[in-house]
Amino acid sequence: MERGYIMSVGTVLSAAIIGMRVEFIRVEADVSGGLPGFHMVGYLSSEVKEASERVKTAIKNSKIEFPAKKVVINLSPAHVRKRGASFDLPIAVAVLLALGQVGGRKYSDTVFIGELGLDGSIKKVHGVLPILIEAKKSGVKTCIIPKGNEAEGVLVEDIEVLTASNLWEVYAYLTGEKTLNQAVQRKNLNNSTKQSKVDFSEIQGQVFLKRAAEVAVAGGHNLLLIGPPGSGKSMAAQRIPTILPSLTKEESIEITKIYSILGMLEETHPLILNRPFRSVHHTATRTALTGGGNIPTPGEISLSHGGVLFLDELSEFSKSVLEVLREPLEEQQIRISRSHGSYLFPADFMLVAAMNPCLCGYYPDINKCTCSTGQIQNYLGKISQPFLDRMDICVEVPQVEYESLQQKREEESSKEIRKRVCQAREIQRKRYKGENYVVNARVDLKKLESCIHLGEQEEKLMKQAFTSLHFTARTYTKVLRVARTIADLDACEEIKTKHLREAISYRSIDKKYWGK
Amino acid sequence: MKYENWFASIGTLGNRKKIQLKEYMKTAKRLYYIEETRLKEIPFLTEREREGILFAKREYEVERNFEKLCQSKIRIIAWGDKEYPKRLLDILDPPYAIYVKGQVPMETMPTAAIVGARRCTAYGEKYAREFGEILGKHGIQVISGLARGVDGSSHRGALFGNGKTFAVLGCGVDICYPREHIGLYMDIIERGGGILSELPPGSQPLPYHFPKRNRIISGLSDIVLVIEARKKSGSLITADLALEQGKDVYALPGPIHSTLSQGCNHLIAQGAGILLSPEFLLEELSISKGNIYTSSNENLHKNEKMLERNAKIVYSCVGFYPKSISQLMEETKYAPEELLDLLVSLELQGYIKEISKNYYIKV
Repeated sequence: MERGYIMSVGTVLSAAIIGMRVEFIRVEADVSGGLPGFHMVGYLSSEVKEASERVKTAIKNSKIEFPAKKVVINLSPAHVRKRGASFDLPIAVAVLLALGQVGGRKYSDTVFIGELGLDGSIKKVHGVLPILIEAKKSGVKTCIIPKGNEAEGVLVEDIEVLTASNLWEVYAYLTGEKTLNQAVQRKNLNNSTKQSKVDFSEIQGQVFLKRAAEVAVAGGHNLLLIGPPGSGKSMAAQRIPTILPSLTKEESIEITKIYSILGMLEETHPLILNRPFRSVHHTATRTALTGGGNIPTPGEISLSHGGVLFLDELSEFSKSVLEVLREPLEEQQIRISRSHGSYLFPADFMLVAAMNPCLCGYYPDINKCTCSTGQIQNYLGKISQPFLDRMDICVEVPQVEYESLQQKREEESSKEIRKRVCQAREIQRKRYKGENYVVNARVDLKKLESCIHLGEQEEKLMKQAFTSLHFTARTYTKVLRVARTIADLDACEEIKTKHLREAISYRSIDKKYWGK
Repeated sequence: MKYENWFASIGTLGNRKKIQLKEYMKTAKRLYYIEETRLKEIPFLTEREREGILFAKREYEVERNFEKLCQSKIRIIAWGDKEYPKRLLDILDPPYAIYVKGQVPMETMPTAAIVGARRCTAYGEKYAREFGEILGKHGIQVISGLARGVDGSSHRGALFGNGKTFAVLGCGVDICYPREHIGLYMDIIERGGGILSELPPGSQPLPYHFPKRNRIISGLSDIVLVIEARKKSGSLITADLALEQGKDVYALPGPIHSTLSQGCNHLIAQGAGILLSPEFLLEELSISKGNIYTSSNENLHKNEKMLERNAKIVYSCVGFYPKSISQLMEETKYAPEELLDLLVSLELQGYIKEISKNYYIKV
């Protein structure tokens, strides 16, 4: 400013998503004389660098004057890798500010996100919701987002969310000619849970399977279904979400954030109100499950956060894929480390898996099964015992008889089962108040000891089971956790022998004794 | 002996030719040192067989191989040896030599073979064991094939009854197949029995070895018991061979719906002896029962009376063939939770066993 120099720097705020974290990015533009050009710096990936052409053309096509000058863009902090096309809009705005086209107002506390088209239109981008939530937390007043992301904008309260569908609108807003529209809920927006198309009442018979599913859901336990082909394992698994308790507001937002980052939100249902059910095919790779990439994005286990991850044909999965699940199953999250940092993704899911008992699927029906002892052992051999030990509840799904298919008995509906599940969950919620878990399956050992008092008879039973059924320390505590859930379903404070016995009957299979 | 080992290893000669040659030459040593011209004078040898002998003479390391044999405590018993089992002399295609770890069955004591399916049911396993045990207790040598299932159980039963038992393998005697029977393999040798095979040490368990060794199992035995066999199975081959060799065949009857009993039931229909009970078998063999033998499940029968009523009902529905929990529910009409409760308590008390998820059998 001294010596007659006019500083022409425009600065606006934007944000980048790094794993699940939101990092605010300051976009600075400087316009000066010299050779005309458009230079961008700040650890940019190629899609961000390409923004220069989009921004220039979009400004031109929006009938805004763009003099031939030297433009330098900097995205800071410089150590954060910037990816994606959501910086187009902030870059354009910073350039307009630097050019002095839109008056002298400062926009350093306004967040701009959006991708530009050559005609100046503003397109939908990923990860708007987490950015808005973070913006609200850090005291940002206004956010300008693409019209296409309006549905997500409505979800965050107490922050001004404006939507724009093209650059000209933003230009008019900046010059003060016009105001931008507030994000509003659209008429066709459906803010209720989606009605499930399936119901447990469609499954005829299979009492033990249903009971096991109820116990599993009530305590958040992992469930392993074993049965011959065509017995209805997948059918049962698909119905598990129908008896899960509904999501709380916080859980909904948490899950919606993950889906927003991957751009998987439906426009008609911006907020995810149904618990996710992710069925993964056995050709899935490790990264597909855990999430990954150079800058990691969430994988299937994070997409099933708060819901169910279903692995059909468990023994067909490659061993290394199953082994990566072990850690998230214990910690309910996954940490992916890269040379430039480590990324934490939530992964608190209920694992439901289905498999045949042997290669041909009919063991132990010796009249039908054509496998040798070795083949039966090999079939299970693909799944490691530590993985099997993590399945809290294991149940057989028997072949359905013709009679029971024809009977069409009145079966219990999902709604009724869910009512009991919710009651049991309520008991657990009260018990674990102040802890960072809400279900029996996640109880830590210390708390487990304090909430389980075994009587003399019960102690004796557990001792007997421990020795005669070859328990490990892990299976022992798993049985106690499941027994706690069964007692909760009974609304019973004390764990009785019958609860323990039922829990013992659900224990996972032991490879050593399988097929012998 | 080292020349016998060399002679037995010649692959181009069949058992019958080897025996013929041995009787012609009297000892293997003489054959080893025979001049080529004299070898040509032997009338029944073909060109190929002569070549085979000469080749073996050149390439085979007689000393080293015999040393190896001695080191692993394997003996070779060839045709014409004093120890060569007399019972094998009568069969069609007797082996020229057998390799032994431990002992060979005694000529003076009766022998019985117990054969059956590898993948048998709990029923087959139980009775293989019981018949093995009662035979062992009464000084009858039990012969079987060390395989999984019926074979293993009958060896174990015989050992349990303090009897001697012998395993005829479809591989070299230095190889324990299946591997998990290594404990049993050692026990058999230690308790005065033996591991036998006509195949030289180091031979792998190839599929075509097994039908051939069956003739030795039946050949070594005075009677053959078939426990559980499918309609087309190795056990039925053994039974057929035994009939050809003029031995008595007994079969354990089973339910007609079980494919594993079809072979046995078929044998009975054709006139095989029927194994009504271990005691019945003793009577058949005209051995007095004596008072040594008490059926090993008698203790359990007493206990069964101790069970409470509900548990007894469930226990009575569980059998030797795996039954799923839903089948049991249909039969007993108990509520699911109650049934689970009863099953787990029966399991913990050791009455029943869960062999696959929610499938139970009697112990």
